[in-house]
Amino acid sequence: MNTGDFNFSKLLLRWLTSIDLVLVVAIILLIFLGTITLFSATGENQAMMNTHTIHLILATSIMLIATQLSSEILNRWSIWVYAFGVLFLVLVLIQGSMGKGAQRWIELGGLRFQPSEVMKLAVPMMVASYFSKKTLPPSFKDIFIASLLVVIPMLLIVKQPDLGTALLVGSAGFFVIYFAGLPWKWLLATLIAGIIAAPLIFYFGMHDYQRQRVLTLFNPDADRLGSGYHIIQSTIAIGSGGVYGKGWLKGDQSRLDFLPERHTDFIFAVFGEEFGLLGNLILFSLYIFIIWRGLYLATKGEDTFARLLGGGLSLTFFIYLLVNTGMVSGVLPVVGVPLPLISYGGTSLVTLMAAFGLLMGMRKRKKRSNH
Amino acid sequence: MEKRVTVKSERDEYRLFRSRAIVAAILVFIALLLVFVRLFFLQVTHHDYYTAKSKENYQKKIPIPPVRGLIYDRNGVLLADNHIEYVLEAAEDDVSDMKGSLKRLMQLLPITPLEVNKFKQKLRVNSRFQPVVLRQNMTENEIALFSENRFRFPGFKISVRMQRNYPLGSVASHLLGYVGRIDKKDLKKVDSNEYKGTTHIGKSGIEKYYESRLHGKAGYEVIEVDAHGKPQLKLAEQAPIAGEDLFLSIDLRLQIKAEELIKDYNGAVVAIDPRNGEVLAMASMPTYDPNLFVDGISYRHYNALRSNPDRPLYNRALQGSYPPGSTVKPMAALIGLNAGVVTPSSSVYGKGFFQIPGNRHRFRCWKKSGHGHISLNRAIYQSCDVYFYDLAFRMGVKRFSKGMEKFGFGQKTGIDLPHERTALMPTPEWKRKRYDRFWYPGDTVNMGIGQGYFTATPLQLANAVAIIANHGRRIKPHVLRAVRISRNLPEKLVTPEKLPSIGVTKLRYWNDVIRGMVNVVHGERGTARRSGAGAKYRFAGKTGTAQVFGIAQNKSYNASKLRKKLHDHALFVAFAPVDNPRIALAIIAENAGGGSKVAAPIARQLLDTYLLDPKENEKNDENIKKPSDSSPTLINANKIKRQKTEKKKPKRATN
Repeated sequence: MNTGDFNFSKLLLRWLTSIDLVLVVAIILLIFLGTITLFSATGENQAMMNTHTIHLILATSIMLIATQLSSEILNRWSIWVYAFGVLFLVLVLIQGSMGKGAQRWIELGGLRFQPSEVMKLAVPMMVASYFSKKTLPPSFKDIFIASLLVVIPMLLIVKQPDLGTALLVGSAGFFVIYFAGLPWKWLLATLIAGIIAAPLIFYFGMHDYQRQRVLTLFNPDADRLGSGYHIIQSTIAIGSGGVYGKGWLKGDQSRLDFLPERHTDFIFAVFGEEFGLLGNLILFSLYIFIIWRGLYLATKGEDTFARLLGGGLSLTFFIYLLVNTGMVSGVLPVVGVPLPLISYGGTSLVTLMAAFGLLMGMRKRKKRSNH
Repeated sequence: MEKRVTVKSERDEYRLFRSRAIVAAILVFIALLLVFVRLFFLQVTHHDYYTAKSKENYQKKIPIPPVRGLIYDRNGVLLADNHIEYVLEAAEDDVSDMKGSLKRLMQLLPITPLEVNKFKQKLRVNSRFQPVVLRQNMTENEIALFSENRFRFPGFKISVRMQRNYPLGSVASHLLGYVGRIDKKDLKKVDSNEYKGTTHIGKSGIEKYYESRLHGKAGYEVIEVDAHGKPQLKLAEQAPIAGEDLFLSIDLRLQIKAEELIKDYNGAVVAIDPRNGEVLAMASMPTYDPNLFVDGISYRHYNALRSNPDRPLYNRALQGSYPPGSTVKPMAALIGLNAGVVTPSSSVYGKGFFQIPGNRHRFRCWKKSGHGHISLNRAIYQSCDVYFYDLAFRMGVKRFSKGMEKFGFGQKTGIDLPHERTALMPTPEWKRKRYDRFWYPGDTVNMGIGQGYFTATPLQLANAVAIIANHGRRIKPHVLRAVRISRNLPEKLVTPEKLPSIGVTKLRYWNDVIRGMVNVVHGERGTARRSGAGAKYRFAGKTGTAQVFGIAQNKSYNASKLRKKLHDHALFVAFAPVDNPRIALAIIAENAGGGSKVAAPIARQLLDTYLLDPKENEKNDENIKKPSDSSPTLINANKIKRQKTEKKKPKRATN
């Protein structure tokens, strides 16, 4: 008779207990900073702010749903999510080669959907799932198989081409391997191999425009109006912000349209220009706090799968931040990676919030053990 | 299914994970710290650099050109001003359908395809927000037509510009010069920052010489622009400072009279106030309208001016090198006296020609029969050639040239006008360099009567006469009399620059030579006695008739048989009044014949114009007419006559 009522309150309770209030407050603060920055960066565009609000509501809902997924369920789903993800990546490539040009999207019953975005979650899930069935630290064979699981979708994404997402997907998988117990000397060996491979990748593994971006990083003035323009303008924006910033809505670089992509990938420059080094200090503190909290929550995971996935997702969040701020401040090449939770755009916001939902949901629950 | 039994140790795996997480946390911190260091570098250590860069991005300095200074004559009559010009212009970004608009505009207004092409070219070069002129000098009709149809041409608008204007047209054009569009060569000579908004620059004459005074100081406006160059708002402004107004020493009345009197010839008139070196008139004929140059002279006009054999663009007063002829005899007499070669009382026997001892060549006198025994005084007023052949021969070329140089011959006077020529005071060294030939004694003889290689500009001649009028005191001739920095301030007079005096110290010599010159016009047998007759003041003068080509030893000059270009130049120099000279002048009329017949009467009229008070003349006229008051019919007739004549006269001819 009143089972429905009972069920509802039980559900609410479950939700409330699955949320980590500390992390949520930090995220809300960050989203607040992001929203006011976005308001400035869009030139106080009401329509875009409305869309942004819808994105936030959507992302929050998905986060709340994600909190309800237990480590066990996720572990079971991993293989399927991963398999469909790879399948769709292949479909995207086929669609691209069938003459529709470079594409990242796929249409499914009127719904546009970006498989590479799903892979940001699917790859660490798959790798975590794989390791959860093995004894850790893993054997060479396990690491090799896990690496394949990472590299296959990564290469498919690189082919699209979407270097930014490939990088994020790759690092998400890699971090899970790291947490699973990749031996330190291997890690070191990988690093050295990477350094050696870098020039090879540069000369043989990159598109011309990608190579240009790397070159631009070292000498943005060589192509002032071309690929160097972004970096020149974003460093001017940040640099001219100074310690205290020019003030909210008063960033000349962004206000007067000198800063390209200022509400998406280059929004960090708007923030730096308007809020200065002090603003950056607050922003970075918030970010570090969220990453650390993420890592902490991961250690509280129900099982190995939960820990590995949680750790991987936390560090992926960090990679977002590092690549974006590094690129905007002119120390890393320009790669299409948004500033997490701040850049305009629903896709990455949903993925990130879903990841936080998973992270919070997979914790050991004291109240549940009472049940 | 729920609790699968594995060989895994949950506890070990947890520990492994935790240590990895701690390492990760530390690495995260270090990595983000490095990015933060980069931010510190950008926002603290290099903040100033990036602030400057940012301002460079969005602040644009737009120059505001100053208003060019005006030019007046000595009495405040306007010679050059700026008038308002209406132009039709549009910026590319403001016009949605440029092609169609231009087509319709060409149907509405008399716009030429050339104008359209120029417009399109400028559109391509300029920023999309910067207006470009399509049509200049819009007439009232065109403005009205456009205004009525303006709704059909969104983006096009009529703007006001300042344009240089010479209200008197060709009057004193050589002296004033003109402004023209700035070219790259001009920009090299000036501070390009000051000329960013300026379109025109002085190209010749006063406009060129006093460019820096006339131009003024540019102002600017700092505006904020976005990345596409679109202006947003004004950040700062600095008003320009208008150029200085110049008051020339020119007396417009005298200038116009001089131009009228020599308009039938190619020639020049220069009049100087010997007391202070002020140039009272400087005319060069033929002349041109400087207004043609202001907005880019058309090829057709320019070519017509360039290819005209009479060379209207050339300022004969400054640049014409003429054989001075007998007009230099007074100066020659002075240096001869000073050197002791002649004395006031010594005489020479003029038998109609001069021969260098041991040479059969005859240097002929204009008077074939000869002047007989002739003294200095008579040699001047009758212009005896033999006397001066003898003087120059006995002085020798070196002493003669050196002496004449003191009067300014062969060197620039230093007048405040561009492109002055030195003409030529020849020396043996010059001849060796120029022709690789020795100096012959005959060359010296010819110089004695202002012929041979000896040439002078009209300005040099007028200046030399002014020196005589001043008894050797030299003042640099100049055209700028006063400067007004601002309309609210009184004008400031320019101090004349005094030069070292001529070393002829004996007052007697000056008086002797001046007496000869007075006799030229007032003496019974003076060469220009007809021009001196009836003068209300006493003046001193000297005629000159300069040969343009050499006449063979056994032939005589016959004007009717020669081409006009080979006719003699008529020259006259004078100063007046003799006791207190206020004006010294030189006249040259090219190929006009004898100096006494053509140049001297012109000089007399100019002296009358300058020295006799025009108001007094008018009063006299009225006095004459007043008695006729009693007869009403006569009054009416007179009135009608006067009105008629007044109507015919152009405004500027006040007397």
